[in-house]
Amino acid sequence: MVDITPEKIENVGPAEVPEADLYHAHSWWTKYVFSQDAKVIAVQYGCTAVAIGLVGLVLSWLMRLQLGFPESFSFISPELYLQFVTMHGMIMVIYLLTALFLGGFGNYLIPLMVGARDMVFPYVNMLSYWIYLVAVLVLCASFFVTGGPTGAGWTLYPPQAILTGTPGGAGWGIVLMLVSLSLFIIGFTMGGLNYVVTILQGRTRGMTLMRMPLTIWGIFTATVLALLAFPALFVSAIMMTLDSVLGTSFFMPAIVEFGEQLSYGGGSPVLFQHLFWFFGHPEVYIVALPAFGIVSDLLSIHARRHIFGYRMMVWAIVGIGALSFVVWAHHMYVSGMNPYFGFFFATTTLIIAVPTALKVYNWTLTLWRGDIHLTIPMLFAIAFIITFVNGGITGLFLGNVVVDVPLSDTMFVVAHFHMVMGVAPILVVFGAIYHWFPLMTGRMLNDAMGRFHFWVTFVGAYLIYFPMHYLGFVGVPRRYWSVDDTSFIPDSAADLNAFITVAALIVGFAQVVFIFNIIVSTFKGKLAERNPWKATSLEWQTDTVPPGHGNFGKELPVVYRWAYSFSVPGTKDDYVPQNIHPDDVKLVSSESNV
Amino acid sequence: MEFFSDIRVKPWLEAQVEIDNAHSGGSIALPKEKLALRVFVGVVGVVFSLSVVAYSDRMILADWNPVPEPLIMWINLAVLLASSVAMQWAVVNSHRDKMANVEVGLLVGGAFALAFLAGQLLVVRQLDALGYFAPTNPALAFLYMLSALHAIHLIGGLYVWGRTVLRIWRGYEARKVYFSVELCAFYWHFLLALWLVLFVWFVIT
Repeated sequence: MVDITPEKIENVGPAEVPEADLYHAHSWWTKYVFSQDAKVIAVQYGCTAVAIGLVGLVLSWLMRLQLGFPESFSFISPELYLQFVTMHGMIMVIYLLTALFLGGFGNYLIPLMVGARDMVFPYVNMLSYWIYLVAVLVLCASFFVTGGPTGAGWTLYPPQAILTGTPGGAGWGIVLMLVSLSLFIIGFTMGGLNYVVTILQGRTRGMTLMRMPLTIWGIFTATVLALLAFPALFVSAIMMTLDSVLGTSFFMPAIVEFGEQLSYGGGSPVLFQHLFWFFGHPEVYIVALPAFGIVSDLLSIHARRHIFGYRMMVWAIVGIGALSFVVWAHHMYVSGMNPYFGFFFATTTLIIAVPTALKVYNWTLTLWRGDIHLTIPMLFAIAFIITFVNGGITGLFLGNVVVDVPLSDTMFVVAHFHMVMGVAPILVVFGAIYHWFPLMTGRMLNDAMGRFHFWVTFVGAYLIYFPMHYLGFVGVPRRYWSVDDTSFIPDSAADLNAFITVAALIVGFAQVVFIFNIIVSTFKGKLAERNPWKATSLEWQTDTVPPGHGNFGKELPVVYRWAYSFSVPGTKDDYVPQNIHPDDVKLVSSESNV
Repeated sequence: MEFFSDIRVKPWLEAQVEIDNAHSGGSIALPKEKLALRVFVGVVGVVFSLSVVAYSDRMILADWNPVPEPLIMWINLAVLLASSVAMQWAVVNSHRDKMANVEVGLLVGGAFALAFLAGQLLVVRQLDALGYFAPTNPALAFLYMLSALHAIHLIGGLYVWGRTVLRIWRGYEARKVYFSVELCAFYWHFLLALWLVLFVWFVIT
């Protein structure tokens, strides 16, 4: 390898920054609360997302208790059940997963992995978090208003979403939901601008786009997707708010409610569906692409092998991102659309399976002949591949119109989307936390508790969602408070529902062990080595662990290779960090080479 | 940025390593603020594009009742155009390092923008006086919603404009002022282009 000293160009900041120019917090408040340090903001995002995620988890328990033991919990009324369904869905998709992957992992990892001191606009980044927090609080406020939160389903379809018959439809519930979503989008846009510009402009010397770890590629592409897709939700949220509050008829058709003709007329509910799913389908990949990127890095690091087909992996991420904008109407096959339209969207849906399958093959081939360490991050990464394949295959079923129509609105769909965009990304979140926890705290998470957490979560998720596919096949509908003695549903469905509920409760409690592990290990965990997984990427090459503000001390690192130099023939160690100068690489043949 | 050629390289090849080691880091020859503004403008563009798509989808339904464009809307268009021209004049003068002219251009541009906002309020009042105010009329609802969205973005621009004016008054370094003026002017031109598209759309529908 030949070293060429990088030349300075105008739009790139200096590698060396005088101490006086580094931003330092001046008080406890600016260091830990109104912090502009992306790492602190990441932790704030993470804690808020997990906190609201726990609310979502409890809501899912309540739903499961009703479904598993329908006669036993009289306090769960049909209205409450619908509110639980709605809030659980929205919380998990938007306020937990999106916020955690982009706001949490994005903030922590982007500056560190690309070799930057921080995000390019730290103040805007800080605002992004606080607006997100306000969005979460507005959402939570809807639990306490008259009529409670909206029970319109997470898709918020009009006209029912803003009618009196729907829980929270005529009161503040739906309005607060829409305001919260709008705030979330405004906050995300501020953060998203930071992520994109930092990745494009804030990289250190030698860090070309094709030397970036796939984690960054996943987060980058997901951010671009989100910046382009969230406007659809924003526009529809504004229009529905106006329909609800001012009585406009963007989406509301002429309608009779409880025998009374409402003043609405002529609106198009299907227009809302198009706008919603133009956001909604890319949203799947906004969650999945960061997971794809992170899992690629976990597999490579813990199998001590370079990622198989790096270029193809990048292209697949970009390709999936682009294709995700032309598949949205596969969520609307039963909306009465033109059959040719359905044919088009079924075709694009099947096409998107190609780059996705390519990624699965490459993950598997990365493991092939690797020096696999079954660490906890690795276990979660492998579990992700299996789960994503399972969820993806049922997606092929539902992508076909003729199969989707009878299965639509059944528990089969619930099982599918939970496997593919619930369980699979959450497994990556767990793997990532186990992997980067030593960097964030300087301590290791407890291994025994971690393995317990993994096995209960992984096996438990299958006990929950595999039987749910069967329930869907026999026709058990989704969003129903009770199916009572519906003639075509066998009695065994009730037993299966009870079984699923017990499994869900157990899996839920395993998460308590995980949180306990995090709290205890943060303060009393085993001290971590500087680079415990022997990773090559820049976040592990900082001066101090956990990294301080400014990340890399006085001088930024210079990058000499990609992030996957594992088990390189001829080198003494089985990994070569990205910032090690070629002359400093230890070779087998030359022990004196330092 | 040649994105698609950048992602075709093979970072593990020896020849590529030499090229990559010489890479300075950034991908686009733009200051971060300019790039961020372009990305933001792109996002805003998507918001309005989708709104126009929704508009055209909604207008084919039976209850669509077109709204006439009062004269004041044409005047407003001219005012916004004048605002943009003034901003551009400020940019031209910043290139010639004529701070006094830059200040005039900036102030005139901002004043015209404020006049535009006031004019938009007059449009609402005039339509109301003509008896067109009915929330169930989708044409009117779209006109109000899109005008309000556009106005909110202009108000956001005026916030940055205000900061730039303050920078001049506080005697900031000319280079920094000129940079802010350029950003303001770019955003003004974008909002003008956006309003032109919306206005033409209102007129032809």
